[in-house]
Amino acid sequence: MSRADTVDDRNRTPAPTPEPASTSVRTANWTWTFGLLRSELLTTFRRWRTLALLGVLAAVPVLVGIAVKIETSDGSSGGPGGGGGGGEGPAFISQVTNNGLFLVFTALAVTLPFFLPMAIGVIAGDSIAGEANAGTLRYLLVAPAGRTRLLLAKYATVMIFCLVATLVVAVSALTVGALLFPLGDLTTISGTRIGFGDGLLRALLIALVVAASLTGVAALGLFVSTLTSSGIAAMATTVGLLITVQILDQIPQLHALQPYFFSHHWLSFADLMREPVYWDDLEKNLGLQALYAAVFGSAAWARFTTRDITA
Amino acid sequence: MGEPAREPVREPVPESVRMPVPESAGVPVPEPVREPVPEPVRVPVPEPVRVPVTESVRVPVDDGAVIHTRGLTKRYRGGQLAVDGLDLTVPAGSVFGFLGPNGSGKTTTIRMLMGLIEPTAGSARVLGQPMPRAARAVLPHVGTLIEGPALYGFLSGRDNLLRYDAADPTADPRTRRARVSATLERVGLTAAAGKKAKAYSLGMKQRLGLAAALLQPRRLLVLDEPTNGLDPQGMREIRSLIRELAAEGTTVFLSSHLLDEIEQVCTHAAVMAQGRLLVQGPVADLAAGTRGRLVVTTPDPADAARVLKEQGADDVVLGEDRVSAEAPPPDRDLADLNAALVSAGVRVRGFAVERASLEDAFVALTGEGFDVAG
Repeated sequence: MSRADTVDDRNRTPAPTPEPASTSVRTANWTWTFGLLRSELLTTFRRWRTLALLGVLAAVPVLVGIAVKIETSDGSSGGPGGGGGGGEGPAFISQVTNNGLFLVFTALAVTLPFFLPMAIGVIAGDSIAGEANAGTLRYLLVAPAGRTRLLLAKYATVMIFCLVATLVVAVSALTVGALLFPLGDLTTISGTRIGFGDGLLRALLIALVVAASLTGVAALGLFVSTLTSSGIAAMATTVGLLITVQILDQIPQLHALQPYFFSHHWLSFADLMREPVYWDDLEKNLGLQALYAAVFGSAAWARFTTRDITA
Repeated sequence: MGEPAREPVREPVPESVRMPVPESAGVPVPEPVREPVPEPVRVPVPEPVRVPVTESVRVPVDDGAVIHTRGLTKRYRGGQLAVDGLDLTVPAGSVFGFLGPNGSGKTTTIRMLMGLIEPTAGSARVLGQPMPRAARAVLPHVGTLIEGPALYGFLSGRDNLLRYDAADPTADPRTRRARVSATLERVGLTAAAGKKAKAYSLGMKQRLGLAAALLQPRRLLVLDEPTNGLDPQGMREIRSLIRELAAEGTTVFLSSHLLDEIEQVCTHAAVMAQGRLLVQGPVADLAAGTRGRLVVTTPDPADAARVLKEQGADDVVLGEDRVSAEAPPPDRDLADLNAALVSAGVRVRGFAVERASLEDAFVALTGEGFDVAG
């Protein structure tokens, strides 16, 4: 048997013999995992609730854009103080009137502390617990979807939702920004000027970083979701944890702990607007998110694969 | 994503969407040596389609048992013993009725068999393989309806089935739509297939749940209360469906509260109470275990009762115009009893032995009928 044949055998599970791997195929096909993921995505994104969450996220940049427009229509360019929603966040908002692209950064800075993670918390918290609550989990498991694979498909779906949610905010902000404000070259935080194309690229990069910043919350929500059979309880717990951590992050006495809060480095995405880009905090942020994903992902796996499904 | 994998070139096989192809219609396979020497069981399939012998089909049949448990026990975390040392054997090809009052541990047993709950002690083999360890190989051959249907209310009936089918690793995505349509047809839901499942009536949900169990040809169907919520017509349809499936060689494991339903469709039955298995075996034997009642219809019940007692009948019950007693042992000729009655001047209108129903057997066993176990 040639080497090529051996490889072939290993990769294609169904009978390598001339015998037709028939239709009522009883062999699992590795692409099936993607079929499960696709089904998962279709199910998630056809929910009215998911669409409502995305609608709320899309509305935030519209509100911010209109508010800035009204605020500055009397001629006072820049707005008072320009403290974006994010506390320590950079004053992107004061630049919005000069360049609509800044509305993208502003909108992400406004939604990242609460709206985005809340939406993730709802989707992640409901992912397993909601199915358990509806009883559909038992039918998925006897199908048999496989506990590990189902969990992976769920986590992948939540991550994709993170990306979609962030892009919804970004695209909505870009549209509103283009409609209400001029577009063109922009000034970075460091004071240098970059072209609009370069600016768009950075906006996309920022959106990706923001989406990645949410993977920690997503893993946390997934873990909480494996603990209970009530979707509402899981969602509430996840969002509650999110708010608690945000509050603790503001208490100076806890500064020793704060670097380990998943939200601590969230606003570091602004560093992508520096020239040259300042990577330190970004790296810390992404590393922390990976740590959360690993820890809570493993916890979710350990819990879900051993749990008695009684609902 | 989405498109099926590029398979090694294979000619399109004529697709059969007719439902369950019995894969092992009672093929007796010699008990294999425990060390898995993979002796492939080649099973005849009455379709132009040849089922490839794969790991999952290579199921050693445990002396013909489709389900076999030994000392299966589940103690919940609260300390409550839900199932206590269950030794259950479900023969291949049987329609097996699983009876018991509410709270007797039936559902816990089914969940352990399906790998949803880890047993505290004991072992369970389904289709000859250990559960829950071999769940991936076993479950594609098992269709289930556990504790009623569970559906995605915001999806249509058809989309619900597509979703469940996508969760089955052995389900071919290329035939998915055809199989779903055929199954909807089979359970009589074609007209309502596009409606959102939350608008379904209980009976329709039950049918859709059943459809999900029938998406693939199955070797075993586990149906927990399948006629719940159905109208009489629906119940009859389900019963005939079960008979049809059984005739095709599918083993059906049916839990139900409706004793006459079990009696009508089941070949075997087991009775549970308070987590323990009281009895199991062919339905005819179970009912035979309880003796029938001798019923004498007469205008002279008091005299009849006296004569029967004189003749040694036990448990004589006096009625308005009838007397019943425990049927005499088989060695006693009933004609002699009748002659004794007549010669004592008792006018006899009717004289018959009523065969014990499964319900009698059940009440005799559990001593309580169908009350919730404390």
